[in-house]
Amino acid sequence: MDKLIELRHISKSFDGETILDDINLDIHDNEFITLLGPSGCGKTTTLRMIGGFEQPDKGDVIFMGKRINDEPPHKRHVNTVFQKYALFPHLNVFENVAFPLREKKVPKDEIKKRVEEMLSLVMLSNFAKRRVTSLSGGQQQRVAIARALISSPKILLLDEPLGALDLKLRKDMQVELKKIQKSTGITFVFVTHDQEEALSMSDTIVVMSEGKIQQIGTPTDIYNEPVNAFVADFIGESNIIDGIMLEDYRVKFAGHTFECLDKGFDKNEPVDVVVRPEDVDIVPAQDAALYGDVVSVTFLGVHYEIIVDVSGFKWMIQTTDFVAEGAHIGLKLDPDAIHIMKKSKYSGMFGDYSSFSDEMDELSDAGGDEEE
Amino acid sequence: MKKTISNILTGLVFVFLFAPIVVLLFFSFNNSKSLSVFSGFSFRWYRELFKDRNTLEALRNTLVLAASATVISTIMGTAAAWGIDRLRSRWYRGVINTVTDIPMTNPDIITGISMMLMFVFVGRLFGAKNSLNFWTMLISHVTFCLPYVILQVLPKLKQMDRSLPEAAMDLGCTPMRAFLKVELPEMLPGIVTGAIMAFTLSLDDFVISYFTSGTGFQTLPIRIYSMTKKTVTPKMYALATIIFFVTLSLLLISNFIESSDEQKAEKKEKKRSK
Amino acid sequence: MKKHSVKSRNSSCRSALAPYSIWAFLFILVPMLFIAYYAFTDNDFRFTTENITRFFTTVSSVRADDGTLKEVHTYLLIFRRSLKLAVISTLICLLIGYPLAYRIAHAKKRTQQTMMTLIMIPMWMNFLIRTYAWMTILQDAGVFNTLISRFGLPPVRIIGTETAVIIGMVYDYLPYMVLPIYSVMTKMDNSLIEAAHDLGCGSLSVLRRVIFPLSLPGVISGITMVLIPSISTFYISQKLGNGKFFLIGDAIEGQYVANNLHFAAAMAFILMVILLVLMALVKHSTSRYVYGGDAK
Repeated sequence: MDKLIELRHISKSFDGETILDDINLDIHDNEFITLLGPSGCGKTTTLRMIGGFEQPDKGDVIFMGKRINDEPPHKRHVNTVFQKYALFPHLNVFENVAFPLREKKVPKDEIKKRVEEMLSLVMLSNFAKRRVTSLSGGQQQRVAIARALISSPKILLLDEPLGALDLKLRKDMQVELKKIQKSTGITFVFVTHDQEEALSMSDTIVVMSEGKIQQIGTPTDIYNEPVNAFVADFIGESNIIDGIMLEDYRVKFAGHTFECLDKGFDKNEPVDVVVRPEDVDIVPAQDAALYGDVVSVTFLGVHYEIIVDVSGFKWMIQTTDFVAEGAHIGLKLDPDAIHIMKKSKYSGMFGDYSSFSDEMDELSDAGGDEEE
Repeated sequence: MKKTISNILTGLVFVFLFAPIVVLLFFSFNNSKSLSVFSGFSFRWYRELFKDRNTLEALRNTLVLAASATVISTIMGTAAAWGIDRLRSRWYRGVINTVTDIPMTNPDIITGISMMLMFVFVGRLFGAKNSLNFWTMLISHVTFCLPYVILQVLPKLKQMDRSLPEAAMDLGCTPMRAFLKVELPEMLPGIVTGAIMAFTLSLDDFVISYFTSGTGFQTLPIRIYSMTKKTVTPKMYALATIIFFVTLSLLLISNFIESSDEQKAEKKEKKRSK
Repeated sequence: MKKHSVKSRNSSCRSALAPYSIWAFLFILVPMLFIAYYAFTDNDFRFTTENITRFFTTVSSVRADDGTLKEVHTYLLIFRRSLKLAVISTLICLLIGYPLAYRIAHAKKRTQQTMMTLIMIPMWMNFLIRTYAWMTILQDAGVFNTLISRFGLPPVRIIGTETAVIIGMVYDYLPYMVLPIYSVMTKMDNSLIEAAHDLGCGSLSVLRRVIFPLSLPGVISGITMVLIPSISTFYISQKLGNGKFFLIGDAIEGQYVANNLHFAAAMAFILMVILLVLMALVKHSTSRYVYGGDAK
């Protein structure tokens, strides 16, 4: 695969606040790559840098081997689908899609042909003469995609394009975007804070936090082998426990020693242990090393989500079997349920299910203290 | 019952608002000179009005002045609004907003006096005997029209999706082309209502014109002022009637533009909330 | 998500703003300074406070109602009269304008538009003509007296009284009161009113505790927009007061005509200062209605 875009040691700050901190990223031909992270992590700024709307303070943006730091947006072979679509309200659907071609003075009949082709690709052939303001969110989205694709860019940038759509429509658009990407072969750089969206669509996921890239990998890599507590918590649900790596394949946490599949750590190195909620088996309390009382049970349709208090640490377990609140149960962990990560600055910040959101943590930590 | 009373009161207010206008329209067609007894329908005063060379010249002056003030203030005001909207420095923005407020909150008489004092002072520096003329009026008209233009254009920019010009550049426009093809159409309703407002304000202004006009250049309101100083003939009513219908149509046009623009905005809002 | 424009956009925004910035400096700020400069200098542009003291100390004798001559501070009297008439007119405008704005804001959409257009139409007539039309209506032998004599009533003398001046001010500036109040009321979230009802407020207390405080910004700008022009007018008093009720505007205009620019500037300066104080007072006295009033 050819490298289309290379970001080399990119740093950027606004008003003294660091937004991007030494970003290095390769984007390849015909790839669906997703920048994933919470708001403020720098993903949109990274995207805008590729689009040409921001210049890095330090580092280089390289397009097919050529440095393009100073090239303005209109000269780049890159197009963007904006967050709120940014359709031109004074132009109809056809004219919106034709906009880039008119700018390039493409002959009229060719414009007509290409726009119609593009509209049929996004299934809007009957909407050519409609005002864009009269379209639904999903239709506007399609117009925005058609408009960005019509000049056959090398790369399509999508800035949280599905954020404004409702859940069902979002699922449909996810499938369709993927389809369009496959059929056109254009590289898609997709920005989102929705981990499910990222997992279901991407070839490559780039997890970002606080202006830094935390992990780059395929969806399965990222889910199964998170590099640190931030990634483990951000992608899916995880119980994250402090542990000590006794030796290869043996880890000690929660007062017991478990077998695992990880190796290559120092002897007695402190580590973070990740256990995904669906990998915990429920057994009678006397049969397991870990046991505790069920604190809460939530029915979620496909499975139950139960919180178990194991000597003060709240575990989340997903199970299809009903367990009553207050029940005394045991937790069985197979070696492949356990994933070991090196300690990072995110250690201890995530992975305990006393509450779900950071905001709840803050509220209970603050305890009426109004200084913040 | 409550409703009837409120309707009657509302009706009375409207009678109060329109009584003078009706009287004025009515007596402009009076055959005689009386302003209290109607003695027959005629166009006599309109004919006399069109024979009055001073008034006609004042009318021409007013139109020239209003048109020039409108063009200048619309262009400068639109550019200013665009700049203010994009301004990052809080300090600069605060200063600009405060200064822009001054002509709107100051009494006209103070604005008029202040400009007159400056013109007279500067004129004296250059040894001019009569420093007030068309140009000083034009400057003062542009000055009091500017804030209104800015206030009409700014909200249109605020409503506009910030990524529109970026989208245009992304799709191959230079910054200048992006402005012309995307931002300008978005600002246009505001520019048009701003221009209409500037035009009517300039047509209508008496107080500031009164202080900044020289003897050589008379506008219609100043002409009316000097006419009403002496005893008046219904000729002035005829003039008022004409002005009334001209401003009325301008008002209706700008209302129409605004309401159709609002409808558009509402539609957009609905779509968004869906 | 933060949006930051590219550097070149920032510099182009400054250059778009530059002509206006220069213009505003030269023709808004500098003229203001000239008022102060003229107010505190004499004809040879030497510093003096004489123009200011003249405003407060000039004395003239007027004939009182009982025929005796009385010594009065000329300009203070004029100013007090201006203030009185302007405040009365503003209050009348508020009394008429507020219910009217409320009524219009709660009418059907189409009625709202028509009524607002009707209110704006007189506003867009030249105020000289509007005022002059009232003069012909209120004259001794004018339309009003002709009309009431048809009903066998004796003629009333209105022109040349304070009443006439107030009628003229109310007529000229009423739309300025209605417009801002109306626009605040239409923007008011209806669910707030419903919430107040839901929380046990009767119609009157909803008006007092919710609608009025929320409409205050409109009321304040309405008061400003009526008070300022009516305190500084000079044509209305000349025409409808028959020149008998000199107002501060007339005084300034008179000094301008007499080419007493320094004294005219001094009066303008004093008027400006007083208006600033007055507006601050209005804002202060109304602000206690919002944000829980006196409890700080």
